[in-house]
Amino acid sequence: MLEKTFTITADTGLHARPATQLVHKASQFSSEIEMEAKGKKVNLKSIMGVMSLGVGKGGEIKILISGNDEEEAMNAITATIHEGLGES
Amino acid sequence: MSSVIKGIAASNGIAIAKAFVYEEVSLEIIQNSTEGAEVEKANFERATKTSKQELEALKTKTEEQQGKENAEIFSAHLLVLEDPELVGAVHTKIDADNVTAAYALNETAAMFISMFESMDNDYMRERAADIKDVSQRVLRHLLGVKSASLADLDQETIVIAEDLTPSDTAQLNKEFALGFATDIGGRTSHSAIMARSLEIPAVVGLTNVTTDVNDGDLLIVDGINGEVLVNPDEATVERYKEKRAAFLDEQEKRKRLINEPSISKDGKTVELAANIGSVKDIDGVLNNGAEGVGLYRTEFLYMERDQLPTEEEQFDAYRAVVEKLEGKPVVIRTLDIGGDKELPYLDLPSELNPFLGFRAIRLCLENEALFRTQLRALIRASAYGNLKVMFPMVATLEEFRAAKALIVEEQEKLKTEGVSFDENMEVGIMVEIPSTAVIAKQFAKEVDFFSIGTNDLIQYTLAADRMSEKVSYLYQPYHPAILQLVKNVIDASHAEGKWTGMCGEMAGEQTAIPLLLGLGLDEFSMSASSVLQAREQLLALDSKECEALATRALTCTTQEEVAALVNEAIR
Repeated sequence: MLEKTFTITADTGLHARPATQLVHKASQFSSEIEMEAKGKKVNLKSIMGVMSLGVGKGGEIKILISGNDEEEAMNAITATIHEGLGES
Repeated sequence: MSSVIKGIAASNGIAIAKAFVYEEVSLEIIQNSTEGAEVEKANFERATKTSKQELEALKTKTEEQQGKENAEIFSAHLLVLEDPELVGAVHTKIDADNVTAAYALNETAAMFISMFESMDNDYMRERAADIKDVSQRVLRHLLGVKSASLADLDQETIVIAEDLTPSDTAQLNKEFALGFATDIGGRTSHSAIMARSLEIPAVVGLTNVTTDVNDGDLLIVDGINGEVLVNPDEATVERYKEKRAAFLDEQEKRKRLINEPSISKDGKTVELAANIGSVKDIDGVLNNGAEGVGLYRTEFLYMERDQLPTEEEQFDAYRAVVEKLEGKPVVIRTLDIGGDKELPYLDLPSELNPFLGFRAIRLCLENEALFRTQLRALIRASAYGNLKVMFPMVATLEEFRAAKALIVEEQEKLKTEGVSFDENMEVGIMVEIPSTAVIAKQFAKEVDFFSIGTNDLIQYTLAADRMSEKVSYLYQPYHPAILQLVKNVIDASHAEGKWTGMCGEMAGEQTAIPLLLGLGLDEFSMSASSVLQAREQLLALDSKECEALATRALTCTTQEEVAALVNEAIR
C-alpha cells in the first residue's frame, strides 16, 4: 500500500481534461487506485468519481495504491500530476 | 394537411426535404426483468459496445470536419461509458433487484446526474448533460429506439428544433442538414448567425414548429420570406423547386462579382468585409469575394472547453487567419465574454443585468493576465499579415488608454525578446455604447479606427433588451437617433483622417446600404453570404444621391418614415 499527497496548482482544478488524463493513466494499471479529497474517497479509474469531488486550485489530494504494480502506478501518476496539474 | 407557418427569415435560400424533429425521445423503460441477470448484463455489454463504436466514429468524423477541439466532447462521453463506477453500479443493481439493464442504467445515471446537477459550479452542472447524453445513447440501443443525434444524420433532412445551441450547430453536417427551422430566436440569435455562416436556409422564431411538424413531414423552408410550408402539394413543390433554381441561378450570377471591386456607380470605393468566428469560416470569406475580415470574434477560441486557450493556441489561430487572407485587412476583436456569453471555468459572478455588467473590455482589464496573453498572441501574429486589433464595449477613454498601454508594454517586451511584429498595427475600438458614439470626436484623436457594432448600439440606445420578445419592437436600426450616432462617429473619424466600419447585422441589409454609403461609411462587414448581394447593390448606387437620401433620413421623426423613404428611393 502506497500513499502520497499532492496540492493541485492548475488554475482550473481537477476539471474534465486533467481528470481525464489521471483516469486514463490509472486505468493502465491493475492495482486498486483511490483518491481521497475533502474527506471522501473515490476510485481513480472512475471519471465521474474523480470529477464529483470537484477539487479546485489549491485543493489537497491523497493518492492510495495497492496491488502488484503499485510502484509503477505511483510513479506514473506522480509524473502525470507533475506535468502541470499539481505538486507533491 | 398542408399549411404555412410564418417566422423570421434567418438565412437566405430554399430547402426542400423531409423533417427531422430534433428532440429527446421519451423512452419506455420496463422495471422487472423476465430474462434473468446474465441476459441483462450481456444486453448491457452489447449496447455499451455499440455506443462506443458510434462515439469513436463520431469523434473521428468531427475531428476531420471541425478539428480536435470540437471532437473532445466525444472523448469525455467514451470515458463515462468506461467508468468502472457506472458499470459496477449497473451490474450490482441488475443482480440485487432483478431489474432490466435499461432500468438499472437509468437509475444509476439519474443518481450521477443529480449529484452533478447539485454542485455549486456551472462547469460541473454542465457535465450532468454529458452523462445524460451518453446514457440516453446506451438506453436507445438497449430499447431499440432510433438515434436522435444531429451528428448522425445520414440523409437529406430539414432539422426542426426548439433552438440550436453552439454544440448542436457544431455537429450539423451541411451535406445532410439542408435547412433548419426553430421555435425561438431572431435574426441575431446564435442559430441565425450560424445558418448564414454555414450558408444553409433557415427560418427561426416559429413559436410552435416542433409541435406543428412531425418527423418525416415534407417541408419547404423559405429562408427568403421566412416561411415554412408543411406537406405542400405537388404543384407547390414544383413552384418552389423553380424558385430555388432561380435563387441558385442568381447566386451563380453574383459569383461573377467575386473579383470585382466594391465601387458605386459614380466611382466611390468602399470595403466589403465579412464577419467570422473561427479559421474554418475563411473559405466562406474568400468564396464570396470579401475584401477582408471586419470582425473576427475570438470568443469561440475560449468557449466549449474547460480552460483558457494558451498564447500558442491563440497565436496559431490568428496567424492562420491573417495568412489565409494574404495581406487583406483582418480586424480581430479581443475577448468579448460576459453578458449572455459565459465561460464556466472563469467562474464569473452572475449579475442581474449582465448586458450592463461585467463583460468584454471591463472583464479583460480586470483579468490582466488573461488579457495580456491574448494581446501577445495578437501582436506576434501581426507579423504574418494585415492584422488590426479592436477592443469591444469601450465606454470611456480611460478604458481605451489602459488597454492600449498594455499593447505597448507587450510590444516592448516582445521587442527585447527579439520577436518580430508589425510596429504599425492599427488599434481601434468597437462603438456600441452611446457615450462613446457621442464623444467620437475625442476618441478619434487617439484610436486608429472605429467599427460600429449596431446590435448592441441599438439595444443600448433604445434601452431595449434584445432577448426580450415584449420589447422587440424597440429594436430599431433605422431610428433617426441611431443614424445620428452613426453619422457622428463617421464624421469624427474622417476629421482625423481615420476610418469607420460597421460590423453589426445592419451593414449587410439592403435598406441600410444606401444610407450608410450616404453617411460615408468606409467598411461594411457582414455575413460572408451577404457580400456579393451587397456588391451588386452598390454597383447600381450613386453616392451623391445616397448622401442626399441620408441627409433627409436624419430629419425623419420615426424609423418607419426612414424605412419608407429608403424603400421609395431603392425601388
